[in-house]
Amino acid sequence: MDLSLSTRTVGDRTVVEVGGEIDVYTAPKLREQLVELVNDGSYHLVVDMESVDFLDSTGLGVLVGGLKRVRAHEGSLRLVCNQERILKIFRITGLTKVFPIHTSVEEAVNATD
Amino acid sequence: MATVELRFSALPEHVRTARLVAAAVARRAGVDEAVLDEVRLAVGEACTRAVGLHRSNGVDMPVRVVLTEEEKKFSIEVGDEVPETSSGPGSRTGDEAAGHPAPAAGEPGAEEAEDEGTMGLAVISGLVDDVEVTSGPGGGVIRMSWPTTPTVELP
Repeated sequence: MDLSLSTRTVGDRTVVEVGGEIDVYTAPKLREQLVELVNDGSYHLVVDMESVDFLDSTGLGVLVGGLKRVRAHEGSLRLVCNQERILKIFRITGLTKVFPIHTSVEEAVNATD
Repeated sequence: MATVELRFSALPEHVRTARLVAAAVARRAGVDEAVLDEVRLAVGEACTRAVGLHRSNGVDMPVRVVLTEEEKKFSIEVGDEVPETSSGPGSRTGDEAAGHPAPAAGEPGAEEAEDEGTMGLAVISGLVDDVEVTSGPGGGVIRMSWPTTPTVELP
């Protein structure tokens, strides 16, 4: 199982759909994608994690890194996730306070702070 | 006597293999299905940390994973070969070796976690009730265990 990534633009947001396993081996691929988007001027990101089967702390680190990058441009990074086993990891690390987590891409795309 | 013992080169691509093997052996040992996700994640975190320590300290030896089916519990040991005294970038710090979790998210340290995966121990201690982190001159060991449900023996 590898990591799959696809991006699309919805209004002023860029939606990154992630599938598969995000771990120490695959996380660099996600990091590259986020870095590339920010370098290309996409500062409002929505990371759709509905097809993610596994996420570990390396993946969390990449998401935190992405958040740091978009914030440097006054951007945003929102997550879409309804899977309890993935949400649990955000909860035990306290990251639910750091990331806005939405139940659908539509909700995330329309969200404002 | 270990039920299954695994040694793998300290490469990120092998961490997934360790997760799969650990989950399969845990299932056989009678660990509850609902807890297998936790076993998978905790083993992955422990192995990721060991791989990181080996790589940043230039240690060529493999990472060890020992899976043991005991009477009422299933235990996992993940051992690295990085001695406590080692210094230099990426070496185990006194705090980490003593089992103190990495900085929690939202704290200043959390944003530096991107490259070092310092959240790994925090995830393990948040997930596993029975966990012990030790380190000595021969390297460090993370020991974790989960209760097992005894299989019903038919007469």
